[in-house]
Amino acid sequence: MKEKRKHVIVAGGGVAGMEAAGSLAEMGIRVTLVEKGEDPGGHLLQWHALFPGRRPAEEVRKYLRKRIAHENINVITRTTVEKIRHHGHEVIADLSGGKQERADAVIVATGFDLFDAHRKEEYGYGIYDNVITSADLEDMFNRKKVARADGSPPSRIGFIHCVGSRDEKVNNNHCSKVCCVTAVKQAIEVRKLLPESEVFCFYMDMRMFGPYYEELYRESQEVHNVNYIRGKVSEASVNINNRLVIKVEDTLAGRPLKMELDLMVLMVGMEMSKPGTRLAEASGLNTGINRFLESADHHYGSNLSGVAGIFYAGTCTAPMNITDTISHSRAAVEETVRYLGGR
Amino acid sequence: MSEQKANRFGFAINRSRAINYDTSDRKVREYVTLREPSFRLCFACGGCTAACTTGQHASFNLRRMNTYIRRGEIDNLREEVTRCMLCGKCLLVCPRGVNTRNVVAVTAEALRKLDRNEL
Ligand SMILES: Cc1cc2nc3c(=O)[nH]c(=O)nc-3n(C[C@H](O)[C@H](O)[C@H](O)COP(=O)(O)OP(=O)(O)OC[C@H]3O[C@@H](n4cnc5c(N)ncnc54)[C@H](O)[C@@H]3O)c2cc1C
Ligand code: SF4
Ligand code: SF4
Ligand code: SF4
Repeated sequence: MKEKRKHVIVAGGGVAGMEAAGSLAEMGIRVTLVEKGEDPGGHLLQWHALFPGRRPAEEVRKYLRKRIAHENINVITRTTVEKIRHHGHEVIADLSGGKQERADAVIVATGFDLFDAHRKEEYGYGIYDNVITSADLEDMFNRKKVARADGSPPSRIGFIHCVGSRDEKVNNNHCSKVCCVTAVKQAIEVRKLLPESEVFCFYMDMRMFGPYYEELYRESQEVHNVNYIRGKVSEASVNINNRLVIKVEDTLAGRPLKMELDLMVLMVGMEMSKPGTRLAEASGLNTGINRFLESADHHYGSNLSGVAGIFYAGTCTAPMNITDTISHSRAAVEETVRYLGGR
Repeated sequence: MSEQKANRFGFAINRSRAINYDTSDRKVREYVTLREPSFRLCFACGGCTAACTTGQHASFNLRRMNTYIRRGEIDNLREEVTRCMLCGKCLLVCPRGVNTRNVVAVTAEALRKLDRNEL
């Protein structure tokens, strides 16, 4: 008797979801990749050049697009996975618009949301013209123009680390991991685009956890003259010259410091995504104190949900860079295949 | 005479610059931690100091004070601590949720007690 071909639903078409879909398809498994947005790609669609090597983000996007261009993969866009439940030997997914999809397993890859910078009102995002987020700056890089709201080039730019991360005031005690190295990368890019400019990073700790990150930090000082000041910025205001003024303590000098800036970049952190949260709530999936999906085991089961047939991939479980997201996603595929074979 | 010779480079007369953690006075730290347990959460970001009006004009630095208390370096604090107006601005900033204002109040209390030999 010929066995029915296995079918897996992948919820979320970012880096994690695309890599999972591609790996599964390669093994002869039928995949339905469900993406809420217009196109698969997730946050990677917004980035210009990637740390640590500053390669164009387009190279990785191209790899992923190729990965999902496979006859075993059916991509459904503009559709949200709202609920998943285990039923007999199947997993049933409720999709937006009242549709249902049945499969043998589901990989949840719902990713993250950027922290909404409006919530740190003291930094003036949405209030002052020249306060932008790291994501807004990527957009400027994509358009090849870093400028103030009036179109003029900024002569002093400040990067504010840990916006919406490591901050009890916004209910996020976790570190978002990638924003320190993103600041270093963006600081270098700004210095290259605007060689006359001065660039300062305001950090609490420099978390250069990945390969070549510390080297990039070093390069930023040695080659690009990026300045680092250790202290948490408490607030920003605007003076009569329409320049931003920030207040911080230079904790290494042990004294309060004021500085005028032309452009202030908020390094926004990662939070559990809203559609991911709704999916978790509707499906009874556990979330941790950081509100990301809680895996069955932090060391050897980080892809396991604890529910048979439901697996996790990527930043829906914790902040990660692309490298770790892809590794985590491949591991989720391995767990899924093992589960399918063992039934 | 021989003592003078030995002191020619000043080694014996200068007080050590090092923080000697083993001989430092931990009473103030213990008192503050007990009365205001959130004191332990400070990760020295300086947000409080940046926000503090007093610190812009006079030598008072809450982040540094926290560090000094932890190291048992309390000599400088007696005067500084009286400069805080207990306005609570620092409280609004602290990303670790330290009850900063109460840390100052309890520290002032601890130093008073220390001077009266009540700690
Ligand atoms: C400012 C910034 C810069 C960065 N730069 C780099 C870099 O240079 N190099 C690097 O290695 N990493 C970088 N990263 C990290 C990188 O963006 C992430 O590692 C990667 O995007 C994670 O992919 P993901 O698939 O887990 O999540 P996401 O990219 O968030 O994708 C999740 C997808 O799932 C969809 N979705 C969510 N819920 C549902 C649902 N219920 N149903 C259907 N679809 C759903 C979303 O629409 C989204 O498309 C950066 C991150 C930030 C914040
Ligand atoms: S990676 Fe750096 S900027 Fe981001 S939350 Fe962690 S310490 Fe803050
Ligand atoms: S309570 Fe004291 S330390 Fe805090 S901001 Fe006011 S004066 Fe400064
Ligand atoms: S703001 Fe809070 S965590 Fe930061 S130095 Fe002050 S007390 Fe410590």
